[in-house]
Amino acid sequence: MKILTLNFLTCARKACKPQATSFPLHPADSTLEIQESDLNIIFLQNILPRLDWPALISITTELGLPGLQAEPPEAEDLVVKEGGAKAEGEGMEVTEKSEESEKEASQLGKDLHRLLIETTIQEGKLMCACCGHEYAIKEGIANFLLPSHLV
Amino acid sequence: MHDSSEHKQERGEAYEEEHVHTVYEEIASHFSSTRYKPWPIVERFLKDRPNGSIGLDIGCGNGKYLTVNPNVYIIASDRSTNLVQIAAKHRPHSAVVADILDLPHGNHKFDFAISIAVIHHLSTSERRIQAISVILDTLRRPTSAGAQGSKALIYVWALEQKGSRRGWDEGDEQDVMVPWVLKGAKGSGDADKTFQRYYHLYKKGELEEDIQKAGGIVLESGYEKDNWWAIAGPRRIEAR
Ligand SMILES: [Zn+2]
Repeated sequence: MKILTLNFLTCARKACKPQATSFPLHPADSTLEIQESDLNIIFLQNILPRLDWPALISITTELGLPGLQAEPPEAEDLVVKEGGAKAEGEGMEVTEKSEESEKEASQLGKDLHRLLIETTIQEGKLMCACCGHEYAIKEGIANFLLPSHLV
Repeated sequence: MHDSSEHKQERGEAYEEEHVHTVYEEIASHFSSTRYKPWPIVERFLKDRPNGSIGLDIGCGNGKYLTVNPNVYIIASDRSTNLVQIAAKHRPHSAVVADILDLPHGNHKFDFAISIAVIHHLSTSERRIQAISVILDTLRRPTSAGAQGSKALIYVWALEQKGSRRGWDEGDEQDVMVPWVLKGAKGSGDADKTFQRYYHLYKKGELEEDIQKAGGIVLESGYEKDNWWAIAGPRRIEAR
C-alpha cells in the first residue's frame, strides 16, 4: 500500500462516504517498507495537482515520517531550476536539453518520489474516523471487504 | 413486491459468493497464467489517458491492464485476495481488496475507470445497474463551465458469440454457468477439478440500456471478440 494510494481511499461504508471524516483513513500500527523504483519526474509533476495536500500532511504526521511543507509545491519546485544552481567545472559542454525527458529532480522531487511511490505500508490497519471501523493491511495489501453487518 | 429488495440483494450476494468469488479465489493462479494479452479496445483507452491521470481498475483480476500505461496511476481492486496479490506486483500502481458495490473511494475524484469482464458476474439486473452506477460515481463530472467529465470503459461477455468455443447466440439463455477446469498437477495423480462460474451474458443493446438506467451517458460502444463494450460518462451537473 503506497502512501500515494492513501490519498485516494475512503471508508467503504456508504453511510461514511458523504462525511468529511471518512477521508483520509488513519494508519495505525504500521510497518513501513521502502520499495525502490525509478523516478518518473514528469509523472510526479502531473499528479501533483491531484493530491489532497492537507490529507497528505496528516498521513505523514501520523506515520511519523519527516514533515512536509505546509503549502503544496508547484510542479517547477520538483525539478532543478534551469541555469541556476548548476555546478560548474565539470569540463562538459552544456548541451541543449531536450525539454521533457531530461528534467532533473530537485531534492523535493526526490523526497516526494520516496514518500508517495516508494514508501509502503506492509502491515497495519487503516481506521475510519467516522465509524471507527479498521481495515487490515497484510503483506502490503489493504482489505476493504466489509463484514455483513456493516454493509 | 413480496420479496423485499433487501432480501433479493442478500440472495444475490450469497449466490455470487458461491458461484463467483470462491471460484476465482480457488483458480486464481491458473486463471492468471491464461490472462496476459490486453484487449485492443482496452489498450487504446488506457494509452489515450493523459500523463498523470489517476484512475481505477474495478475488478482488476490479475492486473493485466496495469502494465499498459506507466504514466497514469491506477488503483486496482478485486474481490479475490489471491488475484489482488498477483495484481499488486505491477509498478507503479496499487491494488486493494474491495467489493464493487462497496468501493473505498470518494465520489467524483477520478480521471477514468475501467471495469473489464466484471459486471457480468453480478447475478441480478438491479445489482448490475447498481455496480455501473457505483463506477460512474467515482468519475469527475462535466461542469457547465465546460470542463470535460471523466470516462469509464466497461466490458462484458456477449450472448452473441456464435463463432466462439461456447457457441452461444441470440435467443439463448442469458444466465449461465461456465465451467473452469483446473488440471491436476502432472504426475501427482490429482484428478482434474471443475469449477462453475456464474455469468450473465449481455445481449445487443443491453449494456447501453443498463448504463442509462444507472444514470450515465453512453459516449461510444461496440463489439470486440465475443464482448460488448461501452465508454460511459456521468451526466453533467445541472445548473441551478
Ligand atoms: Zn467508516
